[in-house]
Amino acid sequence: MNEPTEHYVAPYDAGVSFDELPDSAPSGKFKFTFTGWLGVIIVTFWIFVAVLGPFIAPYGENDLPFPDAYSEFQVPQPGAWLGTDDSDRDVLSRLMYGAGRTMGISFLATVLAYFIGVVLGIGAAVSSPKVDMVISRINDALLSLPSIMLGLVVVAAVGSSIPVLIVTAGLIYSSVIFRLSRALGMEIKVSDFVEAAQARGEGRWWIITKEIWPNARMPLITDFGLRLIYVILFISSLSFLGLGVQPPQADWGSMVRENLGALQYGESVFSVIAPALSIATLTVAINLIVDDVSAHSGGRLSNRL
Amino acid sequence: MLPLIAKRLAVGLLTVLAVSVIIFFGTKVLPGDAAQIRLGQAATAENIAAMRERLGLDQPMIVQYWNWLKNFLSGNLGVSLSADVPITELINDRYKYTLIVSGLTALIGVPISLMLGILGAMFPGSLYDRVLTFISVSLVAAPEFFTATLLVLLFVFWLGMGNAVVVGSIDDKGFFELIKHFALPITTLCFVIASQLIRMSRAAVLNVMSSPYVEMAILKGVPRKRIIFRHALLNALGPIVNVVALNLAYLVTGVIVVEVYFGYPGLATLIVQGVQTRDFVLIQGLGMLFCLTYVVLMLIADIAAFASNPRLRHPK
Repeated sequence: MNEPTEHYVAPYDAGVSFDELPDSAPSGKFKFTFTGWLGVIIVTFWIFVAVLGPFIAPYGENDLPFPDAYSEFQVPQPGAWLGTDDSDRDVLSRLMYGAGRTMGISFLATVLAYFIGVVLGIGAAVSSPKVDMVISRINDALLSLPSIMLGLVVVAAVGSSIPVLIVTAGLIYSSVIFRLSRALGMEIKVSDFVEAAQARGEGRWWIITKEIWPNARMPLITDFGLRLIYVILFISSLSFLGLGVQPPQADWGSMVRENLGALQYGESVFSVIAPALSIATLTVAINLIVDDVSAHSGGRLSNRL
Repeated sequence: MLPLIAKRLAVGLLTVLAVSVIIFFGTKVLPGDAAQIRLGQAATAENIAAMRERLGLDQPMIVQYWNWLKNFLSGNLGVSLSADVPITELINDRYKYTLIVSGLTALIGVPISLMLGILGAMFPGSLYDRVLTFISVSLVAAPEFFTATLLVLLFVFWLGMGNAVVVGSIDDKGFFELIKHFALPITTLCFVIASQLIRMSRAAVLNVMSSPYVEMAILKGVPRKRIIFRHALLNALGPIVNVVALNLAYLVTGVIVVEVYFGYPGLATLIVQGVQTRDFVLIQGLGMLFCLTYVVLMLIADIAAFASNPRLRHPK
């Protein structure tokens, strides 16, 4: 799980410049490239699996396809198209149940992170410098910790469950979004149209909702995909370490962990490849979409602010 | 420059303090009592009270924090709740594994990735550059255990080399024997840092290459090789040091996953065990060590950025 290039100084796309606002009108109509379409197709596929998974899975999450036989780590065959796992369960069915869990937890956590980050970030941007400094300093301290360490401390303290995972990931990743939305808010606050609104005598609430938010909205939304990738990787890593989604519930990260034995004893490896490949295709596909969208809107947000 | 570094150091120190507060009080909300855990269920009330006094748990929270911080600074990390041995002893048995793997990763991975990245910047838009960018962009988004699985499949299953678990003692092994011993974990981590390093070093050199003085050098007719090595690279050095320090900090996460994946006894598996057994003395001590490493590397990255770019020293 690589962290984003948040602290990096030089812009990733050299030569991109911004005159007014980061979302100054993009040139031309938005079009996906070939790789962008590939990303869209893969992500759509996984969304379908996540939503329909429990209904179309051939077996239940913890059912055994071959209840009468010793069938640990079977190779793919009719009846178990991706083989069986360390407890004789059907890998394909678990993959389908896990899809919804991995993607659902990550999606909700990212939405929560956005909610907290944007409210506090724009709030800090428009409030007094003292309040802003206090919130920003606390945020800096959180940002300077490896996110997996924070996750470990929280899980150690309150135990692991799906709501805990969502809230933990949401809180940890809200600090990055706080930074981005605060920087955006600061930039917009000093623009001419906000000054004009202030001169007209508009209140603070008007300025936030009618001036700052409409202008900060698009850049923040285009950054959503990137944040989602990091949250998926974070949740999967925690599950892989045995500290995320708890057995017997399936989730892609914990499936890799459960079946590591297959690699070590040289058994059928599909039980490890399938979930690992699922995560990789999902995150890489989102990344392909993100690349197209950010190329259109002028580079990644974190590199621009 | 010096006052700026001093300021950064002060901020770093404050961060470490804040981190210690988060880690200490974060683990204090744990249900259950250290004395109870140490003595087990059969302990009498008097025994627990005596143990609480011995461990200093009867004192107010803030005093406990202060004592813990003092002990940490003097190298006393406390006694593990689940194993009943000093944390320092546990660390002593294991720190070599973590240090060797991350050290060798840095030693091998950093120069290779930098070279690849700079080569990409030398021929921007070429086939080599596009393939490199595509691979590194894909790898950035893939989890460590995916890379590790691919490597195990390739080396262990197809080529029949090595083992999917790292076993055996590392005592009295030479440099190359160690590389061989940890070949798979090191390669995995090299891929993890390479994806970011290639992208960032390429961008850093490209950034310098688009500056007016390089354009001037091109117009003067300076050979391309000379432009890259004498003009661009020297000025990209600061950003590159920044990038290297950042990526070594990101290694902290990678090391945890890779140790669990390949199952060798390093510090990361120790802290994961600590979380599973709710041994919060262990989590506090090790968590501080990991975060400290991370903060120091971030600090180096920060100072490198300042040192190399005068514009950052005088923000608008």
